[in-house]
Amino acid sequence: MHLDHSHTHDGPAAVSADAVRPDGRRRALRVGLGGPVGSGKTATVAALCRALRDELSLAVVTNDIYTREDAAFLLREAVLPPERIAAVETGACPHTAIRDDISANLEAVEDLEDEVGPLDLVLVESGGDNLTATFSRGLVDAQLFVIDVAGGDDIPRKGGPGVTTADLLVVNKTDLAPYVGSDLQRMARDAKAQRAELPVVFQSLRSEEGVSEVAAWVRERIAAWTAA
Amino acid sequence: MNRATLLVLADGRFPAGGHAHSGGAEAAVAAGRIKDAADLAEFCRGRLHTSGLVAAALAAAAAVGVDPLELDEAADARTPSAALRTAARKLGRQMMRAARATWPSAELDALASVRPKGAHQPVVLGLAARSAGLGPEDAVYVAAYESVSGPATAVVRLLSLDPFDATAVLARLAPDLDRVAADAAECARRVPIEGVDALPASSAPLLDIGAEAHAAWAVRLFAS
Repeated sequence: MHLDHSHTHDGPAAVSADAVRPDGRRRALRVGLGGPVGSGKTATVAALCRALRDELSLAVVTNDIYTREDAAFLLREAVLPPERIAAVETGACPHTAIRDDISANLEAVEDLEDEVGPLDLVLVESGGDNLTATFSRGLVDAQLFVIDVAGGDDIPRKGGPGVTTADLLVVNKTDLAPYVGSDLQRMARDAKAQRAELPVVFQSLRSEEGVSEVAAWVRERIAAWTAA
Repeated sequence: MNRATLLVLADGRFPAGGHAHSGGAEAAVAAGRIKDAADLAEFCRGRLHTSGLVAAALAAAAAVGVDPLELDEAADARTPSAALRTAARKLGRQMMRAARATWPSAELDALASVRPKGAHQPVVLGLAARSAGLGPEDAVYVAAYESVSGPATAVVRLLSLDPFDATAVLARLAPDLDRVAADAAECARRVPIEGVDALPASSAPLLDIGAEAHAAWAVRLFAS
């Protein structure tokens, strides 16, 4: 709790990361996905939905920069029924909406739980942003940072809060590495140096394994959240 | 007088969702009505003396303890654009969340319970000020200033306007802000005796029309 409330919560929860909803149920695990433009965040969300939707009750919140394209993509791909996808408008600043002023995202998450819940998992996707864009702990319980090999194999070395502090770093589009001259071993070494024991997944959504490693990581998180 | 608390509530970084709204500036920029700092100044002056005045009076009335539900209805009646009513309630809900976390009170809880999807933002703002120990003379300033600081910040992003020029626009509006704040506070003082009809009902039709058009755009930077 953030403050000593002298009164009870009889309205909607006022504080952000309360694990228990006003109705007494434990809320869904919230996982944020951030990363630069074009690194494959939406494709990863779509793949995660396909991998997990038969075993978990899930929903997605998108934070587009100036359109509803990410939400529209997920709707078009029919990865989830439309009522399980919500778009938040960010006034050109997704990092503000996921980190500094999380109120609109919290409302989107809570509305999804109210309307289509109970939910096990809510994925909160940031619009493409810079390497410093991380999620508030008041909004999500865990966050992935998605970069790709074509964005430059020096990104792990450059570090920044996204690369160094995310609970899982995903290096996407590994199938492109030979074509763009990216050195995956160097990326792995640099990531290890920046992140110490924090995990890194290299994935290609075009390969047979696809999103399976990330999905396994999410399952572990869900198990830990449910057991807590 | 609780000056430091006033600064916390009036801070543009107070996490209540304002950053995603342009206060009609995005529609005005697209329509060619704001092209430079001079246009921004005129836009802000117009907004301040119309919807800014109404917002400030609503906030002040809430701050003196007028029934927020009655004020919420009065705000509806003074907001002809459905898109702006939606935006005001969305922002009111976000303000409510921030206020309940920062200055919890039974009055905020009560309003949150009966308006879970949000009351009009100026009403919640006024009640937040009251919960923070601020008075109507503080609430009017926060509401009036917000009515111009939002568009000014948005235009910096929309036109790549020089941020120093945009801030200078706000500084030049200080005498207007003082006047609107005084008028709004005076109206709010009359509400406990005369009822909500004492609240101003000035409107800016272009803001209403622009908001309706803007809400239908497929691609936009700001939510309103």
